[in-house]
Amino acid sequence: MIRRRGWLVVTTLLVAGLVLPIYWTLVSSFTPESRLFAAPSLVPHGLVFDHYRALFTQRDFWTPIRNSLIVASATTMVSVALGAACAYAIARLRFRGKSLLLAFVLAVSMFPQMAIVSPLYVVLRAMHLLNTYPGLVLPYLTFAMPLAIWLLVGFFRQLPADLEEAAMMDGAGRMRTLREVILPLAWPGLATTAILTFLYSWNEFLFALSFTLGPERYTVPVAITLFRGQYQVPWGQVLAAAVIATIPVAAIVLVAQRRIIAGLTSGAVKG
Amino acid sequence: MAAVTLRRVSKRFPNGALAVRDVTLEIADGELLVLLGPSGSGKSTLLRLIAGLDVPTAGAVLIDGRDVTAVPPQHRDLAMVFQSYALYPHKTVRQNLEFSLRVRRVTGIAGRVQRAAELLGIAALLDRKPAELSGGQRQRVALGRAIVREPRAFLLDEPLSNLDPLLRVSTRTELALLHRRLGTTMVYVTHDQEEAMTLGTRIAVIRDGRVEQVDAPLDVFRRPANVFVAGFVGSPAMNVWEDGDGLSAGAGQGTVLGIRPHDIELTDSTAADGRGRIEVVEPLGAATLIHLRVDRRSSDLVRVVISADRAVAVGDVVGFRVRRDRVHQFDRETGRRRDG
Repeated sequence: MIRRRGWLVVTTLLVAGLVLPIYWTLVSSFTPESRLFAAPSLVPHGLVFDHYRALFTQRDFWTPIRNSLIVASATTMVSVALGAACAYAIARLRFRGKSLLLAFVLAVSMFPQMAIVSPLYVVLRAMHLLNTYPGLVLPYLTFAMPLAIWLLVGFFRQLPADLEEAAMMDGAGRMRTLREVILPLAWPGLATTAILTFLYSWNEFLFALSFTLGPERYTVPVAITLFRGQYQVPWGQVLAAAVIATIPVAAIVLVAQRRIIAGLTSGAVKG
Repeated sequence: MAAVTLRRVSKRFPNGALAVRDVTLEIADGELLVLLGPSGSGKSTLLRLIAGLDVPTAGAVLIDGRDVTAVPPQHRDLAMVFQSYALYPHKTVRQNLEFSLRVRRVTGIAGRVQRAAELLGIAALLDRKPAELSGGQRQRVALGRAIVREPRAFLLDEPLSNLDPLLRVSTRTELALLHRRLGTTMVYVTHDQEEAMTLGTRIAVIRDGRVEQVDAPLDVFRRPANVFVAGFVGSPAMNVWEDGDGLSAGAGQGTVLGIRPHDIELTDSTAADGRGRIEVVEPLGAATLIHLRVDRRSSDLVRVVISADRAVAVGDVVGFRVRRDRVHQFDRETGRRRDG
């Protein structure tokens, strides 16, 4: 009984700790600028849409949203498609230096982003890809591909090999087996990978800041950061933008949460 | 329809284990050859070598005289039934059956699927998913997936081992019927000697990656080529007496004797070869298996099958007599059968 009550207290505190900042952000984004730094109140009153209106009238917040959607979607599609092919090869084919390759993939993702920003900048400039969508998608693949490959190798490995052998006996080649047998079965794993990749790309800041030059290519995190002027920070608009930036992510996670959980656990636990 | 030949085939796995050692085997067109052996004997590996799912490290696999050693499984035109059935879980029964036909772009797919389904009595299940089927139904779908294609040969890897005993026996009979009806070459892997005896036109007994004997089922039973085959085939297992015992004239030193439990009878006469005390009585229904403790051979018990009508009890001392014409003699050194 005491144990259960203890758990309840711990859980409540944990949830409160996680939810409170989000709640405050939400309330503050509807609070007029004048009252934003007055005595903070948890009970909202006198809410206004000013900040949201300003985002789309005084500023052009649609552009960063569109940029973010394009870049994150493209990164997700490329990394899941290529990652699935790579992961299948690593999971199933026998070739020399396989474990070394897998370790190398992991090593790539361990470089601090800061360390590769400058070389990437030079490469992108030489390729005339600065301030373009491919100029963001390609750098994003440096973290998205290792993530996708590692997650998918796990998913593919746990699929029974019998099924692929049955497909081979049925006369299907590798690609046909992948398309008709493996991918449909690995669907939860693919969904999980896609969602995680999208989240990382959506939140990415450093590359986006470094490789875009003007507001026409800013992604949401960069745009929000650059709201601050020389003398003041429009906190109300920053908060409103943060709420808007959370919406697509929250929507995806809510729709797919059952799948993510199933995917993450089925990757870890056999059965 | 095809004849399959293994010519001096060996398979060593990357971890160094030698699963198949220098096997040469001729499987005639239309034959049902059973690969029989204990688990881990390499019989499944042998099947996978024929299928092309594994590639031999030495030797050649031939189908109808053509060397297919380097041909991938999808181009060998063989069908395989897996022990796990390996049905595609996301496809319906119909799609499972259709898959190989669609891959090959043949015509008249619907008709062929329907005929195969009717042959196996699964026509009513065509729109279900494998998860909605019972074990026996899944087994039929796996068979159906193999026969719908009319392949050159069927490879069956312990196809009945996941069925309950009753279903296993009836499906066994159906398989025998199916083989006769289709007349297609079949290679059948099992560790169950009863399946091997009833199904096979010939049996290849495998141990440690080697073929110990290839013969018609009754020949394997009546004239086992060595001590291993003698002990492995036949139930209850043969009595193997290491110490010749002077039971059979001419069986001198270095002879191992094998006597099937059916070939020993109980007798009270003075012609008895020995006497023993009954330690265990196992009624089998039609017959009873008893285990005798004989003083001279205190280490192992002598198995004797007697009529179920004869009343015996643990502790009884009985005399027994070995049928002289049914004694098998093996060389102690090589384990090989002595007489011709």
